[in-house]
Amino acid sequence: MLRPYGIRYDMTPTYFDPPRLTADRPLLTAWGLRKTYGRVTAVSGVDLEVYPGETLGIVGESGSGKSTVLRMLNLEEPANAGDYRLNLAAYAGENLLGLDRYRRRELRVTQIGIVYQQPHMGLRMRVSSGGNVAERLIMAGERSFATLRTAARDSLAESEFPLDRLDDPPRLLSGGMQQRVQLAKAIAMRPALLLLDEPTTGLDVSIQALVLDTLLRLRRERRIATVVVSHDLGVIRTLADRVLVMRGGQVVEHGLADQVLDDPQHPYTQQLVHAKL
Amino acid sequence: MTLADLAHPRQDYSYGFLDAFARRELRRRILKAIAIPGYQVPYASRELPIARGWGTGGLQATLSVVGPQDVVKVIDQGADDSVNAANLRRFIARMTGVETTTDTTKATIIQSRHRIPEERMDKGQLLVLQVPDPEPLRHVQPDSSQAREMHADADYAQMWLSLYEQLVRFGRFMQGASYPVIVNGRYLMSPSPIPRWDTPALHQSAHLTILSAGREKRLYAVPPYTDVRPIEFSDVFFQVEDQAGRVCTLTGAGQKYMDELPQPSGESRFRISDTGYVEKLLKMAQGESTKIGPTYYDDAGQFWMPGVIK
Repeated sequence: MLRPYGIRYDMTPTYFDPPRLTADRPLLTAWGLRKTYGRVTAVSGVDLEVYPGETLGIVGESGSGKSTVLRMLNLEEPANAGDYRLNLAAYAGENLLGLDRYRRRELRVTQIGIVYQQPHMGLRMRVSSGGNVAERLIMAGERSFATLRTAARDSLAESEFPLDRLDDPPRLLSGGMQQRVQLAKAIAMRPALLLLDEPTTGLDVSIQALVLDTLLRLRRERRIATVVVSHDLGVIRTLADRVLVMRGGQVVEHGLADQVLDDPQHPYTQQLVHAKL
Repeated sequence: MTLADLAHPRQDYSYGFLDAFARRELRRRILKAIAIPGYQVPYASRELPIARGWGTGGLQATLSVVGPQDVVKVIDQGADDSVNAANLRRFIARMTGVETTTDTTKATIIQSRHRIPEERMDKGQLLVLQVPDPEPLRHVQPDSSQAREMHADADYAQMWLSLYEQLVRFGRFMQGASYPVIVNGRYLMSPSPIPRWDTPALHQSAHLTILSAGREKRLYAVPPYTDVRPIEFSDVFFQVEDQAGRVCTLTGAGQKYMDELPQPSGESRFRISDTGYVEKLLKMAQGESTKIGPTYYDDAGQFWMPGVIK
């Protein structure tokens, strides 16, 4: 809703756009996510919202359920309970956890990109890097070789991958380059949602900084909603706008990144932040 | 009158070797395969007096549908006279009493390994192909239960990915025989190891094709007048083997699928692989009367149905 902000001297009211966060609807809404493995409860009752162009960080120790949340958001792990919606025309008003396997695959291919900590989870190590990226478009039904080739090249260029190594398989590439191939694959279909699972863990600090730079640039250029999971508070501070702190499958604290990291309220968050420092 | 006179005459085997139950099972599987073009139907592969891998799948399909009025032709790599073909032909004839032939146009059932005849098969004819490995996804997905899921989802992206890789690495599609095809716009199918030259012959064919793998215990079919499209890109097309410049040393004919015969001098000579067709060409050259049916490829190497090979 537009409100007159003030009356100018010629008596015409001036209108301003309301702040984006009050006008936009969240792209991703999930509540009550729950996942158990036998008697172990990995995630119990996690709620989250991500707005277009926003980055949500999830931090927590190993075993806190943060990666499980991400896998559920990627629809690769069935949830025991919960409601997960994406504000997209084709899936409006639908709980995505109940999609049949065909539409689930379609959604994952066209709207969700994911970067794993382990490159071999997201890449075919013996297929050329260009082929890895092109696979996304093939899955979406693209059957023109020339288009696949240019799309793979463009996407890899966008993730700042050295193009002279376009036809090398990821097993011959360094860790940083492998992550860039994963990233190129994730953004090849221009997805609405990007999921990053410890994207820079295992890279040395300088390469980590370069990959983070690329991620920041992508976030600036495309308004992708991003969820980043990391135990590295430095990564979270660099990338995230808002932060969820998870422990034992539950969210113990959430808020703006600066607020949570600079002024932690929950004892566990305090411990986490101080352990970092 | 003795008891022996009253009893049925002694028979060592039931008609067509397979017992009635086995034949009924196979026929039901074949009907299912025809109803779902390209879908691999599991069946109970029976023991036969030949070893697995020597055409037991094709033989069971033939034996289950053959009747006394049929005329059977058996080919192995295009040849009617190779040991395998001769063996199978003799076995089928002995077990069923059918007439055998080497003439494609006269046969009602053609069991074949690795080739489809050069002469066009017509409606009412049956082509039985012996299949060593029915699973076209084998080299992209070694796990067969995963592969079955991919078939169920029609998730064939990895096949095009492997085509992409071949183009990137070698500049052309590298698959020689057994080039994967999509049947009726749905199932990916391995057309048994026929050369690429024969693959277009399955598209909108008038005849029924049954493909049967005895060792792998699966059969599938291409019903008459069904779309069979080789996998390709919209801008890089499937190609058949180039036979240009190859002349058959026996008949002088060209633009048919040739066998290469390396010579001691290091050169190569060529011979048409389909011996039944060669036989007819030779007869005609000697002035004997013979009727050569229309072939899949004309003398200029053009496929008979326009638009199939781009």
